[in-house]
Amino acid sequence: MNRIAATFSKLKSANQKVLIPFITAGDPKPEVTVPLMHTLVKAGANLIELGVPFSDPMADGPTIQRSSERALANGVSLANVIAMVAEFRKTDTLTPVVLMGYANPVEAMGVDHFISTAKESGVDGILVVDYPPEESTEWAQQLSAAGIDPIFLLSPTTPIERVKQVAKLAQGYLYYVSLKGVTGASHLDLTEVQTKLAQVRTLVSIPIGVGFGIRDPQTAKAISKLADAVVIGSRIIEEIEKAPENSLLETLSSLVSSMRSAIDETN
Amino acid sequence: MSAYNLPDEKGHFGPYGGKFVAETLMTALEELRTQYLYYQADKAFQTEFAYELKHYVGRPTPIYHAKRWSDHLGGAQILLKREDLNHTGAHKINNTVGQALLAKRMNKKRVIAETGAGQHGVATATVAARQGMECVVYMGSEDVKRQAMNVYRMKLLGAQVIPVESGSRTLKDALNEAMRDWVTNVESTYYIIGTVAGPHPYPMMVRDFQAIIGKEVKDQMQQEYGRQPDALIACVGGGSNALGLFYPYIDDETVRMIGVEAGGKGINSNQHAATLVTGRPGVLHGNRTYLIQDDHGQIIETHSISAGLDYPGVGPEHAWLKDSNRAEYVAITDDEALSAFHALCRFEGIIPALESSHALAYAAKLSPTLGKDKLLLVNLSGRGDKDMMTVAQYSGITF
Repeated sequence: MNRIAATFSKLKSANQKVLIPFITAGDPKPEVTVPLMHTLVKAGANLIELGVPFSDPMADGPTIQRSSERALANGVSLANVIAMVAEFRKTDTLTPVVLMGYANPVEAMGVDHFISTAKESGVDGILVVDYPPEESTEWAQQLSAAGIDPIFLLSPTTPIERVKQVAKLAQGYLYYVSLKGVTGASHLDLTEVQTKLAQVRTLVSIPIGVGFGIRDPQTAKAISKLADAVVIGSRIIEEIEKAPENSLLETLSSLVSSMRSAIDETN
Repeated sequence: MSAYNLPDEKGHFGPYGGKFVAETLMTALEELRTQYLYYQADKAFQTEFAYELKHYVGRPTPIYHAKRWSDHLGGAQILLKREDLNHTGAHKINNTVGQALLAKRMNKKRVIAETGAGQHGVATATVAARQGMECVVYMGSEDVKRQAMNVYRMKLLGAQVIPVESGSRTLKDALNEAMRDWVTNVESTYYIIGTVAGPHPYPMMVRDFQAIIGKEVKDQMQQEYGRQPDALIACVGGGSNALGLFYPYIDDETVRMIGVEAGGKGINSNQHAATLVTGRPGVLHGNRTYLIQDDHGQIIETHSISAGLDYPGVGPEHAWLKDSNRAEYVAITDDEALSAFHALCRFEGIIPALESSHALAYAAKLSPTLGKDKLLLVNLSGRGDKDMMTVAQYSGITF
């Protein structure tokens, strides 16, 4: 069993939900990323989505775009991001790491080379935002063959027919985008999420993570009742943007702890 | 040889094109594709489109023989397809008229667009006013400053212009922002993309709406000259005016097709927008195509004297026409384009857009190498009124 499956299975037996923070590699500084990953795990994160910075992050809102711009200004490349995962793996061999980014840096590195170095460095899953299933058959097969989970998105506008198509390729978990719009938006409709997830669950067997628009412990808790995993992205990036450098790890630790406590509450 | 029939069902031109967008847009693109294919075959839709092109846009546009300039150059004859005479002053309106009619049939009350120089924004604001639709135009804040007059034109036409502050604050960032708006408001909103790029079906649909240019040229050449041109020459940013001209000629291999990109300060200067000449394939803005990018796959800021060519990507069908050697792509520098701009003003009394001046400049290079009996058809894709400030500035003139 790979790290992603093991994590979901372990938490399920403990009757807990998987908490997934998203950070952009290299934001605010490249040397902060690995210590930050360890801090997130200590604070209660079970899986880390590590953003690969891209110059034109079309599916992201302004917060994550600024984060990407800071990382790029620090000269962070896809090769650097993979090296950060290798560094993280030196002391954490259990927490899954999923790379999340856009197609062009991957293609510029060369798909084969990217997959093999990602695998060697201990990457567990990859989500390329602008590789929808229609363009991804070969890509998903290549990842699977290397033992990396191809992660895919589902959205409120995804019709049932497409859910089936996505389910054929997706491994690890499905990432359900909980609202129409880009990352960081704030009009999450819990009832809609509930209805849609119930439909999706009849068609897919892998766990479902929910993200986009989860900004506070209350929402995280509500989502955790419906989903197998809760993804927190823009809210974390906002804290990274605001926090003074010397208290960054502390601030992030307490934010993630508060999300952890909220989703662990049993009532 | 079998007739050209690209793209395939999934929007691929060979390895290029496709639908490289987040899941959140896939359903909207599929709806658009289905609706477009339906109306493409719908007689009433095509009749209304033709009516609008004739009575609102002012088509057909003539072919004009630039005789004095040709004589001066001393070689092949230069013929101009006068897209500058269209309503709003450029070819952009052919596409916005078509897409607005489609939006209306899809019951969308709000249209959005991205714009660089402002030409597509103006063309969109124009048809939105004509159809009584709400219109929002995204424009990089750098471009808002550089193109204040077009911003005002859009506002006069009732559009809201939103300056985009992210990234390089130019066309590509405006496109990102328009996509984000569309993702968020996908049920009420129709996104009018201005060029033959973006995810399928846009490259195909915009090409089809612009193909009126090449269809007219084919008929006019036969009627007025009794033959087809030896070469078609058009500027390429995203590539919509070029593809509109080229498309009806793809199967006629006796006609050369030459796309002219913005060489800026020279293709070795890192300050240009010559995507097909210098770039390599990648994925941006929903399609696979040639891109100007660094070694790590990050998109690089481009430069051109003409804002309309200042784009780091190019339509995927051009990428395919390049790889299959059906079309040739060359670069013309800012200086060369300016000198062709002045030549057309002085020899023919026509002030061309700086974008089109790139095509003119290449024609001026090619003409003297060919016999006087050869015919070069240049797409004069827009008029130069919008470029007065830029040209004056380059010439050191202040008002």
